[in-house]
Amino acid sequence: MDYKAPVESYSGSVREVTIGQGSKAVKIGGESKLAYNFFDEGSIPNPPRFALEVRDTEPDNWAPWVLEPYKDVVSDPVKWAQKCVEYGAEMVCLRLASTDPVGKDASPKEAAEAVKKVADAVSVPLIVYGSGDDKKDAEVLPEVAATCSGQNLLLGPALKENYEVIAKAAQEHGHTVIAQTPLDINLMKELNIKLSKTFPPERVVIDPLSSGLGYGMEYSFTIMERTKHTGVMFKDAMTQMPIIADLAEECWKTKEAKASKEQGILWESMTALSLLLAGANIVVLRHPETLGLVREILKQE
Amino acid sequence: MAVKGTDIVKKLPESGKKNCKECGFPTCFAFAMKLASGGATLDKCPYLAPNVKEELEDALAPAIKLVTIGPDGNALQVGNEEVIYRHEKTYFHPTGVALLISDKEDDAKVDQKIAKIKDLQFDVVGLTLKADLLALQYESGDKAKFEALVKKVCQNWDGGLVIISDDLDVLFSARDICADRKPLLYPITKDNIEKAIPRIKERPTPLGVRASSVEELVPLTTRLKEEKLDELVLDPGSSNLMEVIRDQTFIRRSAIKQSFRPLGYPTIGFPCYIAKDGLKEVLTAAAMVIKYTSIVVLSDFEEYTLRPLLTLRLNIYTDPRMPLSVEEKLYEVGEPDKNAPVLITTNWALTYFIVSAEVESSKVPSFLLVKDAEGLGVLTAWAAGKFTGDSIAPFVKRSGVEDKTNTRTLVIPGKVARIKGELEDALPGWEIVVGPREASEIPGFLPGFAAKLKS
Ligand code: SF4
Repeated sequence: MDYKAPVESYSGSVREVTIGQGSKAVKIGGESKLAYNFFDEGSIPNPPRFALEVRDTEPDNWAPWVLEPYKDVVSDPVKWAQKCVEYGAEMVCLRLASTDPVGKDASPKEAAEAVKKVADAVSVPLIVYGSGDDKKDAEVLPEVAATCSGQNLLLGPALKENYEVIAKAAQEHGHTVIAQTPLDINLMKELNIKLSKTFPPERVVIDPLSSGLGYGMEYSFTIMERTKHTGVMFKDAMTQMPIIADLAEECWKTKEAKASKEQGILWESMTALSLLLAGANIVVLRHPETLGLVREILKQE
Repeated sequence: MAVKGTDIVKKLPESGKKNCKECGFPTCFAFAMKLASGGATLDKCPYLAPNVKEELEDALAPAIKLVTIGPDGNALQVGNEEVIYRHEKTYFHPTGVALLISDKEDDAKVDQKIAKIKDLQFDVVGLTLKADLLALQYESGDKAKFEALVKKVCQNWDGGLVIISDDLDVLFSARDICADRKPLLYPITKDNIEKAIPRIKERPTPLGVRASSVEELVPLTTRLKEEKLDELVLDPGSSNLMEVIRDQTFIRRSAIKQSFRPLGYPTIGFPCYIAKDGLKEVLTAAAMVIKYTSIVVLSDFEEYTLRPLLTLRLNIYTDPRMPLSVEEKLYEVGEPDKNAPVLITTNWALTYFIVSAEVESSKVPSFLLVKDAEGLGVLTAWAAGKFTGDSIAPFVKRSGVEDKTNTRTLVIPGKVARIKGELEDALPGWEIVVGPREASEIPGFLPGFAAKLKS
């Protein structure tokens, strides 16, 4: 028997999605093969993108070693975001922690103005995550969409409870939407089907939820891998959206990441590396050293 | 891929019509079906011609050979994987982690490494995570020195070994010191294979076969197989992570999808040679764990590099077919008494495991109520209306917790602080306390809380 390299080809591809506008625009997705299978047929036109996370309020409970790179800027989201760009972030992910109804419960207007300032101040596209409270996000995210009209933010999370109002605002004001479902490929498809009735699927990025290493990471890994399989191998249009892996919080809240700087960075790096190998198109990170390490390790020589 | 019973039966005596029952099955056909499903072995039929037996053995062998390295009772088994992607079934034999010791390292360093592999063990949810092998590398040019290292390691470590030497003479003399442990001998290459074969056959042990590409492995494994040497581990000579991904993927696909026997073996990767820096090295190893590598060799590790790597291995090799939820009931963590705390959470397996592990590590015996929320986590369960005051109250009642303890204070997860009021209304006689938002904060919370309950 002779060896023949088992090169594979695929029939489907991931949609190419543009985030940001004008000179800031960055493309993600578009691949017609599985992640890092550069030896197969097809192409990967856009590499995965690395985002760093910013909060609109000073974080509490962060380990000192992940606060340290931002210690001078944590009270100012604009400076913080600029710092992220200096650290090499290709996107900034702004989390509207202030709007959480069980926390500060900031008003949609306040939050939206803060977003606008950050969006105007950085040279890279902006991802905006609401608090995750579906009712509050349904007020906050449309306000953000309107205030930053035309900037093509990546806005979310749109959940099955609130996707309609978020999608409508994103549609009107030219933004892209994060569709989030909890670790289940069928729920993911369901939401995408509903969304795409009124919203263009090429403006959707999916967030299947990212769990941290040791805390369910394998679920996220496999959901992402399966999503790419059904999209790229089996051409299922409702799984052909690029994936965002919003993993920083899930890694840094673990006791392992809080135990030491090196272990924290590895906890985040290994989670990111795993989810990138599974097919994530954007990873949201917190520590700049994680970004450097993971980018370096996955460099294609 | 797998051979069918209907194909096997044709090869059995008298084309499968002998039906003498000596194998313990009523017919040759029944025996063949059992063989195909792995429930019987060929030796049960006394009438198989040797060549037929060999042919069937080959056909029935798993797509990837199971290779055992190390002494009985403390051996590492790798290979015998059945799928490419874990969601297709599961991965079976977790990647072995090996720690490299060179005979150029001084005694203190060697002692330290032996101590490390023994001491760095981590307990998580009922499992102990640890590294598996020591890999001893001949570099000094001094054969006696290397032999002394092998002896020393054998005296101080009872696990499996990899012996690494480009000098065949040294390789086999080291093998002779520890042959009873079934060490993995590395590397067998196209340049040394013919000289090596007679020496290997003196005392066969597993072999690490190295070539400069996947394709070049094929003649080597084919040749060894001719000599009935098939406890093999493959090294396609990948020189960076991208080559690792390509080579490991090709080997796995060839073995599984094409049943290509010459590549149907477990593999070995060397982050220690590919990446020199500690963090990059362990990340390279992590990528190898994900990408099908059966053994990874690290130049060194620390607690902070080994723990994440072994956790990753645990994650990737967890059976995805395991149910995602646990049974709804009252669980006891430790031996809670009449005044022990009562906590409640949802029945997503992961939520349950994490919460119970944190309660355990806080060393406060407690009652843990696990509410059926269709396998959702706390916040999603609440959002889906499955973890609300109205649904929790009847569960608390029927759980029997009120008979087991006098405690009438229930700790709810901080993430659903908002249900406190509705739960108090629905559960008269109970006080509701909002606990930590994250499970990791339980050990900080529970001891103080328990003390207050008792006072
Ligand atoms: S012992 Fe062999 S020949 Fe006899 S019934 Fe079994 S398989 Fe057939």
